[in-house]
Amino acid sequence: MTVSTKKDHQLVELFLSTQANLDKSSLFNELKSAAKSSLDETGFPTLKEEEYKFTNINKRILDKIKKHSAPSTINNIGDVLEANHLFNSLEGYKLVRNNGVFEPELSSTSDSSFLVKPFSELNTEEVKEIGSIQTVSKDAFAALNSYSFESGIRVEIPDGSILEQPILLVDVISADSNGECIHPRVYFHAGKNSQATVIEITIFLDEAPVFINEVEEWNIESNAHIRHYKLQDGHNAELGVSNTSTNIARDATFSSVLLSLGGEMLRNNLSFNINASNCVGNMYGLYMLNGKTHVDNHTNVDHKKPNSESNELYKGILTDQSRGVFNGKIFVRKDAQKTNAFQQNNNILLSEDAILNTKPQLEIWADDVKCSHGCTTGQLDEEALFYLRARGIGKESAKSLLLYAFAGEVLDKITNEMFKKYCEEIVHDRLGAIK
Amino acid sequence: MLSIKNLHAAIEGSPILNGINLEIKAGEVHAIMGPNGSGKSTLASVLAGREEYEVTEGSVTFKNKNILELSPEDRAREGIFLAFQYPVEIPGVSSTNFLRTAVNQVREYRGQTPLDAVKFLSLMKEKMKLVEIDQKLLSRALNEGFSGGEKKKNEIFQMAMLDPTLSILDETDSGLDIDALKIVANGVNQLKSKDNATILVTHYQRLLDYIVPDFVHVLYNGKIVKSGTKELALELEAKGYDWIKDELSGATV
Repeated sequence: MTVSTKKDHQLVELFLSTQANLDKSSLFNELKSAAKSSLDETGFPTLKEEEYKFTNINKRILDKIKKHSAPSTINNIGDVLEANHLFNSLEGYKLVRNNGVFEPELSSTSDSSFLVKPFSELNTEEVKEIGSIQTVSKDAFAALNSYSFESGIRVEIPDGSILEQPILLVDVISADSNGECIHPRVYFHAGKNSQATVIEITIFLDEAPVFINEVEEWNIESNAHIRHYKLQDGHNAELGVSNTSTNIARDATFSSVLLSLGGEMLRNNLSFNINASNCVGNMYGLYMLNGKTHVDNHTNVDHKKPNSESNELYKGILTDQSRGVFNGKIFVRKDAQKTNAFQQNNNILLSEDAILNTKPQLEIWADDVKCSHGCTTGQLDEEALFYLRARGIGKESAKSLLLYAFAGEVLDKITNEMFKKYCEEIVHDRLGAIK
Repeated sequence: MLSIKNLHAAIEGSPILNGINLEIKAGEVHAIMGPNGSGKSTLASVLAGREEYEVTEGSVTFKNKNILELSPEDRAREGIFLAFQYPVEIPGVSSTNFLRTAVNQVREYRGQTPLDAVKFLSLMKEKMKLVEIDQKLLSRALNEGFSGGEKKKNEIFQMAMLDPTLSILDETDSGLDIDALKIVANGVNQLKSKDNATILVTHYQRLLDYIVPDFVHVLYNGKIVKSGTKELALELEAKGYDWIKDELSGATV
């Protein structure tokens, strides 16, 4: 069908034409031209493509976003942050991005336990790292980011460095009412035996349509222990795609907790390459959706070597006309004997109009492994609800208690007390409001 | 205190209770016995307000209020307590948090001030002794991973915390070994007073050795077909339920 093919490439042309005159930093010429070829060739996924068959973000961008360039940076961001309660209440090493552009003045760059470099200062070796974990061919939006990013940061946690406080990656977003696009990019390198927690939050200064297309690459060296927590609590005109790809080396642990509580349409691609033995990869997610929010989590765990472990738990509570999608792939390659890989996706639907699509995909080529997966989708447990009510607890409180308990299993995976408390309060308030 | 008149109830259209009449006064213990499927648990569920059951006829008044119009939580707040035959495991809900929410919502309904954390904990400590329940259990999620006996003890513990006027024990004795049964019975006996009443729904006479009933009723085909004192329970234990069935069919010939 010519119509769909056309649409497929319509957005590509819009993006490429908008940025045709950009002064491409010569540092990333190779990556950007590879990204352009990839986009030219594949276009953006329509609903016909298996990987995006429930999430037509391509069309949403065409409909809602009129400017395909990035917004200018916010002028008075220092004052804005000074007055922001959330920003001030969080304790940690803050790294601020102003509409995607790193703000060294507002960031903690002086601590010796880690180093932050804008992409413009990377050496030749470091430049080669960018795009090495999240390759452009894997996802069209990752390719778009690779073509479009204007700045980026590389965070280095040196060998043996143990961070006392979390790194807080704070995005501050403000867009034109016609809708604009931001392509944040970050590369984390966690050295051998290092340990750190990285927390990501986004502060929206307005509710203008915005497409945030993020790429994160994580290189976790041997015996490093890294925790990554991310809160997505945007407004009803936020469109978002995030591509997070992680290489995990021997004896290392990487744990991800992703909370998706708001936005118009979000697509998260999370990928773990378990490249060695004795690794642990943990993926946890909680999506609590209302209104017409649409959140699609695609996860991918690739076990390449023996004796490693992955644990995955995604839970969803959906109400109103919201829509959730979960797709969890686990590959266990022939060499990856003695792999333990677990995956679970549980959902509660509180309204008849909420929709959930869930699909586990396991491909196991090794013969001596322990793998399990399961998914459930249902209503609130009526028997439990009656039990609580029979003890004098009102119906609404009983529902909140049960939902909070359901969500709590994911929140409990957050080990940073400050952030956990913050998330618990948000979830608590949200559940209290559900009728 | 409780007056059940001509109570008919059905589930998904099939009638289970077919005209129950029962009067319970403060200070009394009533045992309701009967063969499987006679409607014992249905009666307990209807009194507690389980929504799957539809009351098709009759009335239930508790302290002169028509409780059939009340939600399950309001019945509990009025002072009706159902000890579940199968207490529900609720992962993620801590026993303590659950009980405190329950106790304080009941107190609020009764116009009492909520208990603060200190008062609540001392009340808990006091009531824990009644049923010899291990504090460790209460730091876990509600009933999660509890043994059968622990779950039943927890029911009686909750009953002690909520201080009901009418307690309905739905087969609380089933599946308990004799030691657990004694502990549960002892708890119930200590909570008994001249102001409250107890309904024991049971399959076995054994429980009645430890909690002595004032009246025993036999439920059959959704009706109370025979009432008596504790001697009736002994007779049932000795002869089974068949003689009652025979007596009934004999009477209709």
